[in-house]
Amino acid sequence: MMQWESWSAFWNMGGAAAFVWGSYAVTALLIGAELILVLRRRRDTVRRLLRLRRVAPASDGGRHATESL
Amino acid sequence: MMTETQERLRHGRSILRFAAPQMFYPVAGVLAPWFAGLAAVLAAIGLWIGFFVAPTDFQQGEVYRVIFIHVPAAWMSMLIYLVMAFWAAVGLVMNTRLSFMMAQALAPTGAMFCFVALWTGALWGRPTWGTYWVWDARLTSQLLLLFLYLGYIALTQAIEDSRRADRAGAIIALVGAVNVPIIYFSVQWWNTLHQGASVSLTRAPSMASTMLAGMLIMALAAWAYTFAVAFWRVRSLILERERHTEWVGAELDAQEGKA
Repeated sequence: MMQWESWSAFWNMGGAAAFVWGSYAVTALLIGAELILVLRRRRDTVRRLLRLRRVAPASDGGRHATESL
Repeated sequence: MMTETQERLRHGRSILRFAAPQMFYPVAGVLAPWFAGLAAVLAAIGLWIGFFVAPTDFQQGEVYRVIFIHVPAAWMSMLIYLVMAFWAAVGLVMNTRLSFMMAQALAPTGAMFCFVALWTGALWGRPTWGTYWVWDARLTSQLLLLFLYLGYIALTQAIEDSRRADRAGAIIALVGAVNVPIIYFSVQWWNTLHQGASVSLTRAPSMASTMLAGMLIMALAAWAYTFAVAFWRVRSLILERERHTEWVGAELDAQEGKA
């Protein structure tokens, strides 16, 4: 620990803990949320397009034959 | 109408072939995890330097350590907007679909970094200036940037027809780009509470070299992160927009087992 006397000194941030950790926590939260949203969007897009294709398979040149509807 | 094969032939062997969504889709898929990994490694190094190597600031004490996310986030929020405006301009001039998709894939990440810059700025301002917020030139123009991002996202999502959405969004992106130099130079042009640039190309940086190193490495991490997320996002956009093509059909076949 080059800059800090102890871990508690580190977490205390010279009395500015709320400001420093409040900044880092919200940033980490937003990045985590964005990553989840991006990966979920990928999954939802693939699922939605697969469903669309099952409902209206004509657009792919009949490679996927109509079973019902 | 050109078939896919013809289009592929037309693009030939030139680097421009990656301007075709079909060609770019797999490239983005390969590159994104590498950029994500790079971002994680750079962030780990940057945070280590920021918290354990960089010294206590002689004026501000420890609270200055917000700088390691505040400045990279602010830089990225401005850079991403300029890149969006660039792709919007390319899209308008060359009529390339992928350019517009790239602009749309970047917007949410730009908005996120813009919010982070404002949030960390507020939390940094309270102990150093005694206030979370002032309506000075730097802060106000940065807030305007956030509204430009949100306006761009809302507009492009609200318009059903993707061609019209692309063009309307491109206009916001281009007009709003004027705001970016205003943000950057606001601390020189007006009297503001916000400090001037700590880093500039023309003079030596006004900070300890370890602080500077931590900040620059965090900026590179933010840059790599942006590439990763934008590439992942643009892949979904490409699939949606190209869903009537044969190659997306084949891609869906490949995904059918996994989904």
